[in-house]
Amino acid sequence: MSRYFTDEHEWIDVEGEIATVGITDYAQEQLGDIVFVELPAEGTTFEKGDDAAVVESVKAASDVYAPISGEVVESNSALEDEPALVNSDAEEDGWFFKLRIADTSELDGLMNEAAYKKFVASL
Amino acid sequence: MSGNNDIATLEEELPLEALPLDAWHRARGARMVGFAGYHMPIQYDGIMAEHGWTREHAGLFDVSHMGQLTFSGEGVDAALEQILPSDIKGLKPFRQRYSMLLDSDGGILDDLMVSRLGADAFDGAAIYMVVNGATKYDDIGWMIDYLPDEVVMNHMADQALLALQGPEAGEALGALIPETADLLFMQSGLFTWRGVPLWISRSGYTGEDGFEISVPADDVTLLADALCALPQVKPIGLGARDSLRLEAGLPLYGHDLSPAVSTIGADLGFAIQKRRREEGGFIGHARVMRELADGPDAKRVGLTIEGRLPAREGAKIYAGGAQVGEVTSGGFAPTVGAPIAMGWVSLPHAALGQALEIEVRGKRIAAVVAPMPFVPHRYRRKA
Repeated sequence: MSRYFTDEHEWIDVEGEIATVGITDYAQEQLGDIVFVELPAEGTTFEKGDDAAVVESVKAASDVYAPISGEVVESNSALEDEPALVNSDAEEDGWFFKLRIADTSELDGLMNEAAYKKFVASL
Repeated sequence: MSGNNDIATLEEELPLEALPLDAWHRARGARMVGFAGYHMPIQYDGIMAEHGWTREHAGLFDVSHMGQLTFSGEGVDAALEQILPSDIKGLKPFRQRYSMLLDSDGGILDDLMVSRLGADAFDGAAIYMVVNGATKYDDIGWMIDYLPDEVVMNHMADQALLALQGPEAGEALGALIPETADLLFMQSGLFTWRGVPLWISRSGYTGEDGFEISVPADDVTLLADALCALPQVKPIGLGARDSLRLEAGLPLYGHDLSPAVSTIGADLGFAIQKRRREEGGFIGHARVMRELADGPDAKRVGLTIEGRLPAREGAKIYAGGAQVGEVTSGGFAPTVGAPIAMGWVSLPHAALGQALEIEVRGKRIAAVVAPMPFVPHRYRRKA
């Protein structure tokens, strides 16, 4: 399994043709207390960059973009009952949705963990 | 693009200024944001934790961005009654009142607190006023236009303002200044702490018991340190101040209040005492009287929301197919444990219990007009 990162602060785990998407620990830290997550329905198809989910903190709503193109095969229903999972475990149990990857070449432009850490340090 | 927009753009490009506690906030890990022209702490540990701490203990808020003004001179009461709808002549020494600046159409230019000093505070001035930070320079300009030459207005730019709020605020401040225990809600007085003069009122904008403390900017760091050294007190950011005041049902200028709305519709008629309603003689009186007689077109209401999806400022409110209003403040209410909102709704749809719908990202969510405050006030009044 390989993990990729975007400059919009999403992480993507790729296992075969399925990508699991979430927001990074840095992103949840910036957003603060998360009180609601709106997730895409199964079967929705995204082009890279489409609005895919919305994260509501106490203060504000923030869009989450589809980091790559694909079809949603599962949303993390645990977030419906416990949106704060994104705060406590952003990069594991706080995942948002799984996509069937449409075009693996889109992964090429993404960062690895070291590059993302460097990117965050530069912010 | 209109001229107004050009001015707004220019104002946004002005560099943000640092308030006296800027370094103090940063040293305590505050996340700073631009607000009302200043770098301000939005949060320290997180809004939920800070909100909860204030409801259970005592939170220290830096509200030094707000404008502190004094008024002195011959005829100051009569002059202020021209521009404020509240009873100033009847305001006793050491008492505070909520009031507003109204324009000639009765629209709200700002909301504010006005007190009679009645002590040797602030060079013997008669009246002390706290206005919103984002509007203070407009307020000053407006008042300069209307106040006679005999009245001297002083903008105390070298004075900081702290708010200590929460059920343990009285105990905490009492540990530094025992005499403050005698203050009741909306009373104030001049106190001394380590030789520093402090003008303290028992008020705030969180719904909790608490104090606002006006302190010379040179001494505010020492005072903030002394307060936060107490076990009851933690510094709290503006994010929690906003969620606290929303739960308390208190309107926020620039959001729930604006020149487009009136005092009666805003449910702020309590700020206009009987004598002032009857006698008039203040800017905006005609609109107040018309709305008292005929009712306002729209009202500020509280809204409880079904589910967990918060409705934010700007969300449209519907009754069936017709838009009947708009959310002016909204978010997740930590103490309530659910999303709540404040909004303006046309009069026929503003009654308590009225079922409405709010549109959030194309979806309609169910809402009900609800009594405010959402969380009971805990002001310290006479037993």
